[in-house]
Amino acid sequence: MSVRTSGQIEKGSRQFEYLVRLGDDRLVLGHRLSEWCGHAPILEEDIALANIALDLIGQATLLLGHAGKLEGEGRDADTLAYLRDAIEFRNVLLVELPKGDFAVTIVRQLFFGVFGLLQSEALQRSNDRDLAGIAAKAAKEVRYHVRHSADWVLKLGGGTDESRERTQRAVDDLWRYTGELFLADDVDRAAAAAGVGVDPSTLETTWHSHVEDVLARAGLTIPETLYMQRGGREGRHTEHLGHMLAEMQIVARSHPGASW
Amino acid sequence: MTPTQSQPVEDPERVAAFEARVAAGESIEPKDWMPERYRRQLVRMMSQHAHSEIVGMLPEGNWITRAPSLRRKMSLLAKVQDEAGHGLYIYCGTETLGVDRQELIEQLLNGTAKYSSIFNYPTLTWADIGAIGWLVDGAAIVNQTMLAKASYGPYARAMVRICKEENFHKRQGYEIMAILAAGTPAQHRMAQDALDRWWWPSLMMFGPHDSESSNSDELMRWGVKRKSNDELRQRFINLTVAQAKAIGLVIPDPQLAYDESTENWKIGPIDWDEFWRVVRGNGPCNRERLAARRAAHAEGEWVRLAAAAYAAKQARTVSAFEAA
Ligand SMILES: [Fe+2]
Ligand SMILES: [Fe+2]
Repeated sequence: MSVRTSGQIEKGSRQFEYLVRLGDDRLVLGHRLSEWCGHAPILEEDIALANIALDLIGQATLLLGHAGKLEGEGRDADTLAYLRDAIEFRNVLLVELPKGDFAVTIVRQLFFGVFGLLQSEALQRSNDRDLAGIAAKAAKEVRYHVRHSADWVLKLGGGTDESRERTQRAVDDLWRYTGELFLADDVDRAAAAAGVGVDPSTLETTWHSHVEDVLARAGLTIPETLYMQRGGREGRHTEHLGHMLAEMQIVARSHPGASW
Repeated sequence: MTPTQSQPVEDPERVAAFEARVAAGESIEPKDWMPERYRRQLVRMMSQHAHSEIVGMLPEGNWITRAPSLRRKMSLLAKVQDEAGHGLYIYCGTETLGVDRQELIEQLLNGTAKYSSIFNYPTLTWADIGAIGWLVDGAAIVNQTMLAKASYGPYARAMVRICKEENFHKRQGYEIMAILAAGTPAQHRMAQDALDRWWWPSLMMFGPHDSESSNSDELMRWGVKRKSNDELRQRFINLTVAQAKAIGLVIPDPQLAYDESTENWKIGPIDWDEFWRVVRGNGPCNRERLAARRAAHAEGEWVRLAAAAYAAKQARTVSAFEAA
């Protein structure tokens, strides 16, 4: 490889950063969803949630693998997933919160699912051919994820008093984490300008109309939260991520250099 | 079957015709006449099997969040998901005998139904995921390959489908063990320790010796079982001993010896006290497993009620629309 100019390094590291954000969102959410396996309210949901978790972790594996190749320093998807500390993770806070009750899980899936769908649909046109391919496959999967969570939001919102209250509470609790999905910084803008990525702020209006439509049909309201939590993209996480990673990484880190 | 349960009086001619059909290798279908005891035995076996799939999700599910690589995490998650599918599929099969899933789940949760005792052992290291796939799914395959020829059609067909997936699980588990056995000294120790702990319980999965097994004769005559517990166990031992050797692990049985005349591996005595202790509820995890199932059921109650209430509202809307 020839000596890279600082401009190229800068460009490469930004694209790496962009891909890691995409990968981390899906890895962390997939991990949280996988915590349901064996403990869901009905057997059909053990299966459905595991399916969605598998799709997300699969997408994360491809995205982190691609990021690692692009970085060119020998880090593969596993290295990135298992050997980074919480401050090096770049996922939004929304996906790292504990799985909560079924309402929290479902509302989060709706919020992130709609975002992930819009993002994947846009990324299918990326001029990074690998990323476009990953996104095309992901879009097909996430379309089902959105249908699954929207169906459940309708059932829970329109079910019993308890289910409506729990689901409204989940919306109230999680809403403050949705603003971060659409924050754009230099990394996003550079990726968008290069035709590699999509500026997340451009997805906000469509996301709102989609999500608000589902919530309205379920008889749920959006809270008047004015302040939106943020920090994940810069590695400023909630306290929950460290615990999650401690569990996720324990075996891999206990046996440095081992194969599995 | 508990002795207090009433024994129905069956028409001997119908029973004879039924047994002739079974003997001729015909498949019994849900609408066919069958002796009440046949039906009850099948409900017992199939529901125990379904419960085992469901409870079996817990020990393995215990390691999904700690799987040491992304590939292993996904394959374990997919495996546990398959087990949920098996449970669902067999519950549906049991429903063809006139018992619904709700009723069966109730029996599991109130402790009156049994499930395979193997799942009352803890998963202590990552190697246990390998050992379970290799030994527990491996033993299940030996048993289920026989059940795929069972006289009751829906059960036999479920077994054919399920066996394909169990084979995949077994290969995956064995691969995990092989990699650990050939890995670092710590990984090798982990693999051997898992084999040490899971070997005997997996042999117990085939049930008591033929001489002690109360249900066996009738089940054989009705074509529900086609081979005895001891025959199946021997088959499993013969398959597994060679596999352990191939990856450099030692079967934890000093009396293990090859018998040239029968071409069987002979094992030392099985600790049946341990078997009965675990069956009777005093295994290391009996309480934890039931508690976990009960907790999931109780915490999911509001979700199931919501889904039912929503479905009822939808049905009312539709019928109001049709009436208009
Ligand atoms: Fe199974
Ligand atoms: Fe299995």
